[in-house]
Amino acid sequence: MTQMAIAKALNESLRTSLENDPKVLVMGEDVGRLGGVFRITDGLFKDFGEGRVIDTPLAESGIVGTAIGLALRGYRPVVEIQFDGFVFPAYDQIVTQLAKMHARALGKIKLPIVIRIPYGGGIGAVEHHSESPETLFAHVAGLKVVSPSNASDAYWMMQQAIECDDPVIFFEPKRRYWDKGEVAVSSVPADLHKAVVAQAGTDVTLAAFGPMVKVCLEVAAAAANEGRSIEVVDLRSISPLDFDTVQASVEKTGRLVVVHEAPVFFGTGAEIAARITERSFYALEAPVLRVGGFHAPYPPARLEEEYLPGLDRVLDAVDRVLAY
Amino acid sequence: MSVKSTAARRTTRGGAKRRGGEPELVQLLTPEGDRVEHSEYSIDVTPDELRGLYRDMVLTRRFDAEAITLQRQGELGLWASLLGQEAAQIGSGRATRPDDYIFPTYREHGVAWTRDVDPLNLLGMFRGVNNGGWDPNENNFHLYTIVIGSQTLHATGYAMGVAKDGADAAVIAYFGDGASSQGDVAESFTFAAVYNAPVVFFCQNNQWAISEPTEKQSRVPIYQRAAGYGFPGVRVDGNDVLAVLAVTRAALEHARSGQGPMLVEAFTYRMGAHTTTDDPTRYRSDEEREEWASKDPIARLRAHLDKQGLADEGFYAGLDAESDALAKRVRDGVRGMPNPDPMAMFENVYADGHALVDEERAQFAEYLASFEDAPAASHGAAGSGKGH
Ligand SMILES: Cc1ncc(C[n+]2csc(CCOP(=O)(O)OP(=O)(O)O)c2C)c(N)n1
Ligand SMILES: [Mg+2]
Repeated sequence: MTQMAIAKALNESLRTSLENDPKVLVMGEDVGRLGGVFRITDGLFKDFGEGRVIDTPLAESGIVGTAIGLALRGYRPVVEIQFDGFVFPAYDQIVTQLAKMHARALGKIKLPIVIRIPYGGGIGAVEHHSESPETLFAHVAGLKVVSPSNASDAYWMMQQAIECDDPVIFFEPKRRYWDKGEVAVSSVPADLHKAVVAQAGTDVTLAAFGPMVKVCLEVAAAAANEGRSIEVVDLRSISPLDFDTVQASVEKTGRLVVVHEAPVFFGTGAEIAARITERSFYALEAPVLRVGGFHAPYPPARLEEEYLPGLDRVLDAVDRVLAY
Repeated sequence: MSVKSTAARRTTRGGAKRRGGEPELVQLLTPEGDRVEHSEYSIDVTPDELRGLYRDMVLTRRFDAEAITLQRQGELGLWASLLGQEAAQIGSGRATRPDDYIFPTYREHGVAWTRDVDPLNLLGMFRGVNNGGWDPNENNFHLYTIVIGSQTLHATGYAMGVAKDGADAAVIAYFGDGASSQGDVAESFTFAAVYNAPVVFFCQNNQWAISEPTEKQSRVPIYQRAAGYGFPGVRVDGNDVLAVLAVTRAALEHARSGQGPMLVEAFTYRMGAHTTTDDPTRYRSDEEREEWASKDPIARLRAHLDKQGLADEGFYAGLDAESDALAKRVRDGVRGMPNPDPMAMFENVYADGHALVDEERAQFAEYLASFEDAPAASHGAAGSGKGH
């Protein structure tokens, strides 16, 4: 067990993957000499050289498109998109090619590519640096979408994503990069796409992933002071989504609130609400509620505390779901 | 000021000759402040105009320095400094006419100055109170664009509209050396060439795209790319305000007179960090920066003014006072900028309204109001007693 920040855990994980598999490449804007704007690739350029850790031209479509070509040639590229809002020049390559090529080739080719995207708000940034576009990828068959919430998962899930033969969109909770946690570097990790109960409880289930897990754990602690027992499910993977774990929790608590930063309209929460309603209709004591972003552009930094789901808004939803 | 040379018709000009491996660039004022002639570009400037350009650059630099300070003090969330690029921006901005339209990146504070955009307007997005917010049509100065390269297509489309309208205005699209790699920029070159759009592509090659040097973007000087699309390209000394002015005027005239697009590469240097969150010591040498410091655009014009005896102590003292006043106005203005009302999030999402936005607006207002009903529960506190 070692204490590590999420950023460091990702860095160590990339290092391990580069060491273990000569086909692994790290590529993106500023990932080389600088070590990435968040320093996730710090030191890798120095230790593995420019043949393995590649500063690319400033062109996201180019980054993903060439990663596809490298994968076709047998490499396992791990590409960095500098910020969530800058993935869209690559969206065409991701949706029309990366997601569908395996099916198009009737399974004869594989595209083991990881696209790392620091995402989410809460860092006081300018426009395009705070978005949560996971739904736009989860909606596309052929892509896997995951997001760790803590250092240990960051460490293990990155390596699992790199080992995965499918394209994985790896959303990194950028405002938690510096949060430290225990990393069990030698223990056997949970399956990449398995949800876990991060905190057991009996009255209400909160389901979240990435940066919102911490908020939900804080909510659970606050609610405990008022005698309410909250269960927190860390989804970890958005596609595929481990509905079984959510269902098991809901069938215990009877109440579910899904929390994410992304807008609720057509969001992950909507999908979970629909599926859980189908699976657990008679176990539910209340409709599934969602707490998330609004149907509006991500606001300027000085409003983001109002926009982002925080303790108060989640507690409000807990109150409402318990009021039924 | 009059530009004597007319724009060339079709070929790539300026920079055909090579010296020491680097292509030649158009220069009218040496780093030592001496006027030189160029075979294709020349300019007549009155002492008044020279002092005006100097004033523009000094005030722009002062504004920029003030913004960096405000960021350090926590008044701004971020700042993208233009330090070192004053001549590229003032020279090109002053080349535009009021009816020309400007599409900036996020670093064009000097160009904004030449368009009479209130510097305080530029600071809103860096403070985090808006995402731009000024009216682009007021000064024909579009909003800052953060997504690299996007605006070059908008500029091209705008120029296509100008041409359709039969207007004789031109459009200028700013972008960086890094941006030159983006597909959007390549597509804008294609469209501009195919439709003969009256647009000038103005690339400030400041040698760096965050940590990546220009060699990571292009193996040929950027201006030479124009040839492949079928329009002229020229490299200008981006730290020479007179050369930038002359070349940009010629390029805009070229566009206005129906000859189509042109690419201007202003060869300059980003003297500061990429933004206030960047640490350039991780990827570039002090020597490089020092070398470029000796080509400083403001010192260069000052040397010229002094050698020619075109400005006296009174002028400089007056400008110092004006700089201080500008800095104070910016400081006070930023500190006085209120946080937006939370309900502003729901404004202007659509021009014609949207039922879901209305519903969420009402729900959020009710949610906020619930805190007023229940004074015991404070915002951000652990308690959830919200009157339910
Ligand atoms: C599409 C996109 N990708 C990445 C970024 C992040 N980013 C911001 S500025 C920058 C470098 C831009 O370099 P350049 O075009 O040379 O302009 P400069 O900053 O030097 O003025 C990058 C990579 C972005 N804003 N947009
Ligand atoms: Mg640059």
